Amino acid sequence: MMQQITLQHILLLSTALFFIGVFGLLTRRNMIAILMSIELMLNSVNINFVAFNKYLYPEKLDGVFFFLFVITVAAAEAAVAIAIIIHLYRYNKQIDVSETEEMRY
Amino acid sequence: MMHYYLHLLLPFKQELLLLMAIFILLLLQIFGKKLQQEWTMQWVNLLLLITVLAGFWQVGYSTDVNAMFQLSPLNAFEKSVLAFATYLISLQAYNWLLHHEQIMEFYVLLFSSLLGMFCMISATNLLFFYVGLELSTIPLAILANFHLQKKQSSEAAFKFIVAASFASALLLLGISFLYGSAGSIGFTEIAAHLIVNPFSILAFVLFFTGLAFKISIVPFHLWTADVYQGSPVTVTAFLSVVSKASVLFVSLNFLFSVFHSLEPVWHTMVLILLLLTIVTGNLFALRQQNFKRFMAFSSITQIGFILIALLGQNIAGSAAVVYFMVVYVFSNLCVFGVIALVAATTGKEKIEDFKGFYQTNPFLAWVLLLGLFSLAGIPPTAGFFGKFFLLLSGAQSNYFGWITFAALNLVVSLYYYLRVVVVIFHRESAAVIAPIQIPKPVQFSFFICMAGVIITGVGSWIYTYIYSLAATAF
Repeated sequence: MMQQITLQHILLLSTALFFIGVFGLLTRRNMIAILMSIELMLNSVNINFVAFNKYLYPEKLDGVFFFLFVITVAAAEAAVAIAIIIHLYRYNKQIDVSETEEMRY
Repeated sequence: MMHYYLHLLLPFKQELLLLMAIFILLLLQIFGKKLQQEWTMQWVNLLLLITVLAGFWQVGYSTDVNAMFQLSPLNAFEKSVLAFATYLISLQAYNWLLHHEQIMEFYVLLFSSLLGMFCMISATNLLFFYVGLELSTIPLAILANFHLQKKQSSEAAFKFIVAASFASALLLLGISFLYGSAGSIGFTEIAAHLIVNPFSILAFVLFFTGLAFKISIVPFHLWTADVYQGSPVTVTAFLSVVSKASVLFVSLNFLFSVFHSLEPVWHTMVLILLLLTIVTGNLFALRQQNFKRFMAFSSITQIGFILIALLGQNIAGSAAVVYFMVVYVFSNLCVFGVIALVAATTGKEKIEDFKGFYQTNPFLAWVLLLGLFSLAGIPPTAGFFGKFFLLLSGAQSNYFGWITFAALNLVVSLYYYLRVVVVIFHRESAAVIAPIQIPKPVQFSFFICMAGVIITGVGSWIYTYIYSLAATAF
């Protein structure tokens, strides 16, 4: 017998993705990889929005709209972050965060 | 028909003014008009001043335009405070911007950020709030990179954008859970449907963490010192005054209205966070050598004290916070104005470099003294009254012992503020910094700041006015 995909399954998926993103953010040394981890976190939240919209409140489209805006904002954020990374690359000739520690306690 | 459109647009008066400025700057840029730096600064400052005044023009108050936007008297006042702080910062940036090639871009980004804050303050819907928040942070990352020749500046910008994106990811996860538990993204619906259960508490904790990142509450403060040190002083001033004030104004609305039903939960959380913030901020401020880093930890401590007021009753609490932010704008900008001027002319940013500062630059030394006294909360200045109202509001709660402990920490903060004052007025050692020529706009901003530090403290009507505004908001 085929089992239905419930809200719980989707929430599990999105939570797992979110924490993979957090893990990547905290452990990766490469700036682009850090950026990818952030994108992963944002997109896992998008899954949440769409899932809640579909399963719990299908009469209004609030969640879907939110998801569209999050994608747009994430793109803007990534553009700025990459511009800054390129600027840093000009100084270091590499994009490893361990080179970016001029200021410390 | 004309009247109908006017009625529709008036609630957005301050936002529209800023948008107009942004578009004029962009169009000038596109058509390649090379304006004189000085002339650009003048009309931009004038426009900011008009935005401030527009906040006091009592028309267009509206409760809920399209379930997205509202303009209450308190909102309009908060926006005026932010615009006025930006005006002062813009005046103080005179020396730095006079020879900067990218002055147009600087103002476009600054105004975009301010516009985002305005949207955020007026939002009555999580979607609009989120867009406003991002509009206010993304341009700030670019502004942090505005010392194009310095590596530190890029480093600060990268740290800022990573911290900000992480914060907004947490905030978004919180928002998605809120949406899941309340079924709507409008503030009033959320406030009506939210009940205390583990799911909504988790949503709230994630949401508040996102906000805490922006106002750098300990343990989410790790980016603050580095970003403050690396960015140009003008941007640091903007980050520590305007950006923080805007998020604090927003969190007033959230804690007192939207999350009202979770009050027992967030009271405990805010209490723990404020104690951590005050103690950590104090301890780290004791050992800083760089002036900007010192101000970073000082501002962390101040945020801790501001959180005390949130434990109190809603009207008194928000009045105390808004009043303290007005005081904080003046006193912090006294200090940052002097640092900016010294950094722009000599490039020196260490506290030690200010040794014997009084001998060569007596006026600047007095400005710095007044600002530091006000931050420390010494009686004739407004800082004392600001702290007094914060503690008074917090004392209405049941956490009397903890608030006494927090108040005792004021004594510790007195030590490091006065340490800087001692360095400035040191007689024996020869002065490091030569006499500095103060340009007219900067001088004007200093007079405003000094007058503000004195008058907001002495004039009791200012607090009464803010209290009456806050009373209409709840």
